[in-house]
Amino acid sequence: MSKYQVNDKGYYGPFGGAYIPEMLYPNVEELQNRYLQIMEEPSFKEEFEQLLTDYVGRPSPLYHAQRLSKKYNARIFLKREDLNHTGAHKINNTIGQILLAERLGKKRIIAETGAGQHGVATATVCALKGLECVVYMGEIDIQRQAPNVARMKMMGATVVAAQSGSKTLKDATNEALRDWINNPVDTHYIIGSVVGPHPYPDLVARFQSIISKETKIQLLSKTGKSTPDVVMACVGGGSNAAGMFYHFLDDEDVKLIAVEAAGHGVHSGESAATTLLGKEGVLHGSRSILMQTTDGQVVEPYSISAGLDYPGIGPQHAWLFKSGRGKYVSATDDEAMQAGLELTKLEGIIPAIESSHALAYLQKMNFSGDETVVVCLSGRGDKDLDNYMKYFNL
Amino acid sequence: MQINKNSNGLLSIYFTAGYPTLNSTIEIAKTLEQSGVDFLEIGFPYSDPVADGPTIQHSSEVALKNGMTLKVLFDQLKDLRKHVKIPVYLMGYFNPVLQFGVENFCKACREVGVNGTIIPDLPIYEYEELYKPIFEENKISNIFLVTPQTSEERIRKIDSLTTNFIYLLSSNATTGKHLEVKNQSEDYFNRIKQMNLTNPFIIGFGISNKETFEKATAYANGAIVGTAFVKILAQNNPLRLIPDFIGDLKK
Ligand SMILES: Cc1ncc(COP(=O)(O)O)c(C=O)c1O
Repeated sequence: MSKYQVNDKGYYGPFGGAYIPEMLYPNVEELQNRYLQIMEEPSFKEEFEQLLTDYVGRPSPLYHAQRLSKKYNARIFLKREDLNHTGAHKINNTIGQILLAERLGKKRIIAETGAGQHGVATATVCALKGLECVVYMGEIDIQRQAPNVARMKMMGATVVAAQSGSKTLKDATNEALRDWINNPVDTHYIIGSVVGPHPYPDLVARFQSIISKETKIQLLSKTGKSTPDVVMACVGGGSNAAGMFYHFLDDEDVKLIAVEAAGHGVHSGESAATTLLGKEGVLHGSRSILMQTTDGQVVEPYSISAGLDYPGIGPQHAWLFKSGRGKYVSATDDEAMQAGLELTKLEGIIPAIESSHALAYLQKMNFSGDETVVVCLSGRGDKDLDNYMKYFNL
Repeated sequence: MQINKNSNGLLSIYFTAGYPTLNSTIEIAKTLEQSGVDFLEIGFPYSDPVADGPTIQHSSEVALKNGMTLKVLFDQLKDLRKHVKIPVYLMGYFNPVLQFGVENFCKACREVGVNGTIIPDLPIYEYEELYKPIFEENKISNIFLVTPQTSEERIRKIDSLTTNFIYLLSSNATTGKHLEVKNQSEDYFNRIKQMNLTNPFIIGFGISNKETFEKATAYANGAIVGTAFVKILAQNNPLRLIPDFIGDLKK
């Protein structure tokens, strides 16, 4: 067993666990007891793989970005999760979880969403399977992300405004957990990142691990070697990064770079750079690193990218950070926006602003020319056009 | 007063410290005792109370805005035992406790004379593995919850870990969700009663008036009123309303 993977108690080093009230225990325990066994079933594997191929459009290409490579003096590949159905890596997880929910006999699906990408990916798989879908979204995010709200509604989902607290992703997650407490029997909660009580961080990472699994195969055929020197990904809760890192964790020669959102600057008071600003704490059922006051109240983060403004990170990331296996860095709003525009100009690809944070760190890497680098392009920028237009006065 | 297997018809009230005003904690506690309440649960607020419905969420939010922290609360409770004789439990989420330091928290509870704690998101496994000796050293009883979905095996386990009372939820719900005790709850109360647990049990969630209080205490050693009382605190000059509210419950 890898020392970077979850142990049989649900922990990554000191992080993880299932810090949940008793009301959630039966549902979480059922998942803990059954997820691995269900995921191993041949019929599950077959349906999962078939949907990833025919519905999501996998494998996603590993694209050698030549002009970007030239600019940063390295051999840079982009793992094109932006080309997935619904436009981001989020669908890998929702496909896996809907198949799990079916096998658990659940009739009703709930989810939280920030930017709406995970909400759309959840509404999509619920439409696919004909299951009832309720998505919690902060009232403020509903206003900021109208097109994604419309998509969810078109697919038959009910979008419920989270009106508590700061009315954003953290509160949408609270509302989803409250819904699950009040519907203890027939409901499955499709959480959108590698956060939440055990087994969610592991469950979601396993579904997202397809990203690095394909990358290894693709690298081997393109470069003759299945491991790169560096992999890079942005981190909100950390699911695309967890998937990008998964099959490289034990290969200590592969550098893992995780890029958080620094908003207006790490120390500006408006940031989501969790590992730099956070302390060990418990939120949404797991022990991890958390932005909080000295009294233990959770601080509201900020980033121009709605998908990255979460005050915590998944427990596996907390462990990769603390153990030194991963390097956790950050990029500001401005750096990300410039990197997004640069990729568009150099390669003709408009990235999601989340993914632009990973790209923004390329300039700080100081490559020497022969490194092979894989950047996870977690999503496409269609949803962010408004932001790009405002920012660049287009 | 000791809560024990022979206790009968005990009434406990939950309220959030620092609500409606920062310094109302002790006054409310005194008035509740004088009005005939048998023990108290004082909530310490958290920014993300996932087990709570809108009423207690709101009281927590106001309390935080008023400046309530665990440090402030322990300062307010310094002379608790000069004013209040009935048992007092602190109830809240784990993260503020973790930041205060679990050991500091238990010591502070002991120093001010708090009897026990209810921390819904500190699960049994973590409690046993990491914190049990600290609670025991300081003679602080940690109270665990049981819901209609909790398995018999787990209830037995909770009973064996418990040193005070078991907190039985009338339904699997957030606080204030049902202000009634559902009919099927009575089957479940009966089931628990038949288990002959070592510890007394107190029913909470959904207890709001004399009728629900009596229904619950027909099975349990006592019952806890939370949301319905926090709603009283939202009114003007709430202290004057407390005696009648309690009187009506216990009549
Ligand atoms: C395109 C994209 N990338 C990244 C993220 C951040 O999530 P995670 O850190 O779980 O990958 C999101 C979240 O909405 C997203 O939409």
